Amino acid sequence: MSILEGLRLAVNGLLSNRLRSALTMLGILIGVSAVILLVGVGNGASVAVQQQIQSLGSNLLTVFPSNARSAGGVQQGFGTGSSLTLEDVKAIANRQSSPDVVTAIPSAGGRAQLTYGNQNWNSSLTGTTQDFPSVRNYQLASGQFFTSGEVDASSKVAVIGPTVATNLFGGADPIGQVMKINRQNFRVIGVFAPKGSSGGFNNQDDVVVVPITSAWSYLLGGRGRNVQQIYVEATSAEATTAATTEVTQVLLDRHHISDPAQADFQILSQQDVLASASQTTGVLTLMLGAIAGISLVVGGIGIMNIMLVTVTERTREIGIRKAIGARRQDILLQFLIESMFLSGLGGALGILVGFGLARLLPIAVSALPTPVISTPSVFMAFGISVGIGLFFGLYPANRAARLRPIEALRYE
Amino acid sequence: MITLEGITKIYHTGEVEVAALKGISLHIPEGEFVAIMGPSGSGKSTLMNLIGCLDQPTSGRYILDGYDVSALTDDQLAWIRNRKIGFVFQSYNLIPRASAVHNVEMPLIYAGDNQQRRERAMAALESVGLLERAGHLPNELSGGQQQRVAVARALVTDPAILLADEPTGNLDSESSIEIMKLLRDLNQQGRTIVLITHEAEIAAFAQRVVRVRDGVVVSDERPAVATEMAR
Repeated sequence: MSILEGLRLAVNGLLSNRLRSALTMLGILIGVSAVILLVGVGNGASVAVQQQIQSLGSNLLTVFPSNARSAGGVQQGFGTGSSLTLEDVKAIANRQSSPDVVTAIPSAGGRAQLTYGNQNWNSSLTGTTQDFPSVRNYQLASGQFFTSGEVDASSKVAVIGPTVATNLFGGADPIGQVMKINRQNFRVIGVFAPKGSSGGFNNQDDVVVVPITSAWSYLLGGRGRNVQQIYVEATSAEATTAATTEVTQVLLDRHHISDPAQADFQILSQQDVLASASQTTGVLTLMLGAIAGISLVVGGIGIMNIMLVTVTERTREIGIRKAIGARRQDILLQFLIESMFLSGLGGALGILVGFGLARLLPIAVSALPTPVISTPSVFMAFGISVGIGLFFGLYPANRAARLRPIEALRYE
Repeated sequence: MITLEGITKIYHTGEVEVAALKGISLHIPEGEFVAIMGPSGSGKSTLMNLIGCLDQPTSGRYILDGYDVSALTDDQLAWIRNRKIGFVFQSYNLIPRASAVHNVEMPLIYAGDNQQRRERAMAALESVGLLERAGHLPNELSGGQQQRVAVARALVTDPAILLADEPTGNLDSESSIEIMKLLRDLNQQGRTIVLITHEAEIAAFAQRVVRVRDGVVVSDERPAVATEMAR
């Protein structure tokens, strides 16, 4: 019996029980479309996170002080040490000792309460130097950033993110206005252009940036002239590894540490962050896929169930076919093709439905990342659905093939 | 054509052993029209299953068209059934979802014989006078027509023997005579036919009547005169 003949038989058999075939197919359809959609959502999240990290600057290195130790040697929280200074920043930025570094900026800050007129806003405060916009990839929408002169003079000037501008000043132009940061008067001299990052904990548009010297003098009282982080801009994304080595050497020399294992600082590149974020979203995708996969298995069991019913119903037909010369493999093939056709068709329709849902979902639920459906995942979903038909059809088909002709013929 | 030598068949139902056939020897030469008769429980259905290669004997030898079929595998038996035997059953046993012509060509599909499959199936249907019903489903045909489709299916592979198991059991007397005359015509064209029946009028169409009772052959005769109906 040829495959084509088997396919014709399968279609014939499935058409004779349209509702039942359609419902069975629905199980696979739902499973496959769930896999397509959820894996797409996972991939979409991964792409979104990567874009966000890239927008920070893929050539960015962050230097943290090591964890401080209490008198008893107990480790304190991450980055709680105070080993970094403004002089460290200047040394790192020196092109002679670190040719792969464009520049470096210090950062110190925390949360800050902003007031303007009767408006209040709580935002993220960063004290830094004049190179902040280039290192952190910020553009100015209006006004200007503060200068090195203003840093040296501890000027009470501030540049705010678009979220702050909207929430504190409403529609008014904030440039030249005086607002209060933690009860200190600061003049707004610039507004950043939106970076377009999503809302949440790390909103890069909800920031207020002041000269680090002003932050030390007026805003971060009692914590000394402490640099919490140093952002280092490498010449390119590829140069980050070389830049890391150079920065490490500069800091080890400056801190008189001979053993790199004893270093009182840590360097994290965006590549590292990207890698760990990719790993996280990868796990997310896998988990979503696994959940959807369960529904695919359930669909497969549905196929097995229906195929068993079909084999029982057609016992007499199997007997007739055997009596007129069908071998075991002919019967096996007939029912295997039938179950594979059922699951394959369900899978193909599931792919279409999955595509459709992936288009509709972001429109309906704006918080979700746009699903990204990769071609391999489509082929894989189709392959798996056919495979499920094969796997779950094998037992019923084998049962049909092993029927003894006289008993099958006698079956009513 | 058919030689049975000391065939026995014992069924095991739980603890009990039931001997359905207790040593049957029979020779049916080519071109003969034999009726096997017996009341229910006589073992004639078991005999028919063995002759039809649907079952294997417990002991004894069965030679069909030169093949010793008493020791073949399932797939080899399927091949013998496909090529050497044409079945006609009491309840027609057509595939309900397939048209008449598709039912007839089914043995050719399993024979892997794709040459002029449709033409051969149509020719077989023509030989039973149902050419114009080729596209009909079995439930669109009368009982007699369905049985003629079954005869066409049995003939399409040009088998060594035609095995008819109570072919008229579900038919009215008019259709019964039609079918039996069809079988007689086929026999007169040289086809070997083995007919299983419990009706004397039907058996009268055959040249030879073998009576079976309690698993043994009790008589084997050639009636000199056919009955009124068979004439």
